[in-house]
Amino acid sequence: MEWSVFQQYGPMLLRGFGVTIFCWLMGTVLAMGLGLIIALMQRYGPRPLRWLLQVYIEVIRGTPFLVQLFVLYYGGPLVGLRLDALPAGLLGLTIYGSPYFAEIFRSGFNAVPVGQLEAARAIGMSETNIIRRILLPLGLVSALPALVNFSIILTKETVILSIITVPELMYQVSRMSTETFRYLEANLVLALFFWGLVETISRVGRRLEARITRHLIERV
Amino acid sequence: MDQASAVDIRKVNKFYGPFQALKNIDLTIPPGKVTCLIGPSGSGKSTLLRCINFLEEYDSGEIRIDGQLIGYDAPGKKSSGRKLREMRRGIGMVFQQFNLWPHMTAQENVAEGLIRVRGLPKADASARAADALRKVGLGDKMANHPARLSGGQQQRVAIARAIAMEPRLMLFDEPTSALDPELVGEVLTVMKTLAGEGMTMVVVTHEMGFAAHVADQVAFMEAGELVAVDAPDRILHQPQDLRIQSFLRTYHERNAF
Ligand SMILES: Nc1ncnc2c1ncn2[C@@H]1O[C@H](COP(=O)(O)OP(=O)(O)OP(=O)(O)O)[C@@H](O)[C@H]1O
Ligand SMILES: [Mg+2]
Repeated sequence: MEWSVFQQYGPMLLRGFGVTIFCWLMGTVLAMGLGLIIALMQRYGPRPLRWLLQVYIEVIRGTPFLVQLFVLYYGGPLVGLRLDALPAGLLGLTIYGSPYFAEIFRSGFNAVPVGQLEAARAIGMSETNIIRRILLPLGLVSALPALVNFSIILTKETVILSIITVPELMYQVSRMSTETFRYLEANLVLALFFWGLVETISRVGRRLEARITRHLIERV
Repeated sequence: MDQASAVDIRKVNKFYGPFQALKNIDLTIPPGKVTCLIGPSGSGKSTLLRCINFLEEYDSGEIRIDGQLIGYDAPGKKSSGRKLREMRRGIGMVFQQFNLWPHMTAQENVAEGLIRVRGLPKADASARAADALRKVGLGDKMANHPARLSGGQQQRVAIARAIAMEPRLMLFDEPTSALDPELVGEVLTVMKTLAGEGMTMVVVTHEMGFAAHVADQVAFMEAGELVAVDAPDRILHQPQDLRIQSFLRTYHERNAF
């Protein structure tokens, strides 16, 4: 082991980690948002739209992220979509994650007892209010563990962004390895950073879960 | 009660695919009276009840609340969501499974409809919710979430949630069937009070005692048909129809020990 290389490469790696976190956070939030919209449109939209979204879900889930990213970044300009590496990466993460999140939301919505929605309908609540006040909060509670889980999976998908030269942690680690031949050290750092990130997310997730289910668990 | 609703059910049919759940139902529900719906499991009691507030769509026939057709503008032509919601505001419903919203406190459960449907300011709605909860004897449980209430208390919150909207008609679908026997009484007491105030009530129930003592009329259903409608006494004590006799026999056998 040779740790002195970090004197030189440390700041760069940290910056890379920052970019990783940024990409993960933005990608997750955007993918979740898109997934939620898809899930709602699949629940309430007209039949052709639902069918179209199902095709989208199948296609995106059926292809590797790497391929999607290549198509977006290198194929995009052919149809006039010219994006820098970072926006392309974020868009890629959003598209890649959205069908998984959509499915998570869908099953979360399905877990809301029909009777609780009927109770709202029976007092004359509008469908918009029912979604806002009943379906979303209760569906989110059911979906939370799966949402956190998939967000954790997404942290590791960010390394693929290095392929299209987004300067995230993997990119910096590769650079350091090829310049110094310190493969082991570089990859240890990579593992350590990711472990820390994942651990943090799952802790926050568990707290959040405990907090929002506080009132929902039967304790008579 | 400023004015209790009357319900007129005429020639109502309801299909689930090829299966006919309601067969040509005719039933008049007089204002300010309690009508109990009884009958064996699967006979269509819930289906009929749920057609009254159009939670379940009927396929043909008419259901009129105070003369106004529910769910349709004209036979075969569905009415707008807005019109349906408008009519539902005047109809309270209480479910077997309570169906309280678990993320809201008792008071929030009751206030929700007042805020979202009646458009009351929050403070107003909360005050009215508190009144409704006191009325069902839960003045001290307003801040509890449903998970922190017994079944009987949850069902009373559900009743408060319905009556806070000041309905002119209340529908009950086996309101005590999910309750432990010792909790049934508290819910029936609230319902009796409501009946005493002149609320029009339609109650699907297996509580023959309630039907016998509180109902003004009892309707017996079997296999999607309305077999008989009459005074409680004439259905429960001197039934003419063999199907009613056999149903009551099973009922008494089950309850004998
Ligand atoms: N959504 C549905 N799809 C298909 N069949 C249904 C549906 N809902 C009810 N049914 C059928 O319609 C018939 C009447 O059901 P309903 O729930 O009205 O009976 P019920 O008299 O309320 O019975 P219970 O006393 O068990 O509650 C039953 O045979 C039932 O299987
Ligand atoms: Mg039923």
